[in-house]
Amino acid sequence: MSTGTTKLDVVVSDVVPVNDLVTRFHFRRRDGELLPTFSGGAHVVVEMRDSDRTRLNPYSLMGSPLDTREYTISVRRDDVGRGGSLFMHRQVKPGLEMVISYPVNLFSLDLRAKKHLMLAGGIGITPFMAQTSQLAAAGGNFELHYTCRTASLGTYADVLQQRYGSRVKLYHDDREERIDLDRLLSSQPLGTHLYVCGPAGMINWVRDRAAALGWPSETVHFEHFAAPQPGAPFDVTLAVSGKTIRVGEQQSLLEAMEAAGVDPPYLCRGGVCGQCETNVISSDGKFIHNDHWLSEEDHRSGCKIMPCVSRFDGKSLVLER
Amino acid sequence: MAAKTIISRPIYGTLSPQPGRHHLFIADAEGALAITDMAGKAPSGFFDGAEIDFIPGPENRHLAALEALKPAQLHVAPSFASLLPRLKQTLTNAHMGLRLYLAGTEGLIGQAMQVALEAGMDHTSMQTEHRGSLARRMQCVHCKGITENVTTQPALCAHCGLLLLVRDHYSRRLAAFQGVCINAEDRSENPPMEEAFP
Repeated sequence: MSTGTTKLDVVVSDVVPVNDLVTRFHFRRRDGELLPTFSGGAHVVVEMRDSDRTRLNPYSLMGSPLDTREYTISVRRDDVGRGGSLFMHRQVKPGLEMVISYPVNLFSLDLRAKKHLMLAGGIGITPFMAQTSQLAAAGGNFELHYTCRTASLGTYADVLQQRYGSRVKLYHDDREERIDLDRLLSSQPLGTHLYVCGPAGMINWVRDRAAALGWPSETVHFEHFAAPQPGAPFDVTLAVSGKTIRVGEQQSLLEAMEAAGVDPPYLCRGGVCGQCETNVISSDGKFIHNDHWLSEEDHRSGCKIMPCVSRFDGKSLVLER
Repeated sequence: MAAKTIISRPIYGTLSPQPGRHHLFIADAEGALAITDMAGKAPSGFFDGAEIDFIPGPENRHLAALEALKPAQLHVAPSFASLLPRLKQTLTNAHMGLRLYLAGTEGLIGQAMQVALEAGMDHTSMQTEHRGSLARRMQCVHCKGITENVTTQPALCAHCGLLLLVRDHYSRRLAAFQGVCINAEDRSENPPMEEAFP
């Protein structure tokens, strides 16, 4: 079960194709009431009931936090993923009743900052849609640097430029436009906080450069939902519940536990929040860690695993669940 | 080393070289030794991007040791008040990535930190190390006057003359310890004044 969150019964009120890869979904409450308040950077976990299988994927809320009549998310189609985004694109139509989690924010603005410097890559733009709305309404100081593959795949680039003008800077990969990152990071006033959301490679690059240029880690915020990677099936013994389960090729360890009736806590299901952290009792084999939560030391120790995104390859694995 | 008592009492660390290209040191008197001790652990070229602002104090020592580090800039000031305009200017023109190192008396550390926080600097960009005198900067909670270099317990307010208990209660906003009247009930009662913060 999701810790501290209850579910929201919603209906899909609109489905809007944004470009070749991205579609936007609007949700309203079925009872007609307002949705819970959220802050820029929050996400919801969307339950996708696809015949006998349920997927739970996190998506950033991208609407203005000032308007809670509806929630909006934007989903990028991933043709080689585990099928969550394809389900959203193909099966979800206006009028469909769905269940989503309460919003949770693991990527919130630090409102003590004098300035907010935002770096987005691709679909990583979505949390910044909400954050910029929130800041603009409060007269906040922000600057957004947005890298996309081509102008036609620059999701919401036009909307953002129209809203915020020169506060938004675009970089197109196909035109070989690149952020001069060192220069950008070296020219920010004291009290600036840095936010980055995009592909893992971009996040690592920005974090590394910021650290090397003297930015304290407390001023560098990032979010990357790792989609659970498919992989070879493996068997796991759950010592507390006394069960042995098999994790299928297209299934995450967390999903396999849930399918067996074991309910570990979770929030983000993307290797970020730390809720589902699980102790390893014994193992004989190799861990495939895909999370951003555990330290490198934890990864090496073989004593902990994040079942939402990480896998295992070996003879035996016993977990404290 | 100052003892830990209540939660607002500042805790000081040991200076260590931080990543980045720009480093600003502010030290008084024996605070210079915290810098020279740290220099042994610094990578080569570290002081090429460093400015040291130093207040030598009455004993006027340690300047040569700082000169030997060959910082990009070394500025000597007779007092914190005289350093303040320069410090404010430096911080106004500074960018993210600047690291601040404060070493010496609590009064110096507190006041420099106050200026840096006002300039928007994040407290995680600052390091502190206490060296030298334990003398306190004290605010009288009654008249609000600040008395510098308080070494006794109780202490006289330099402004209104009340006899004050120097508390461990510290204000980061004011960069001062709070002084509260020790004989408010009976002003004829005069507890002996002892050297408490040498």
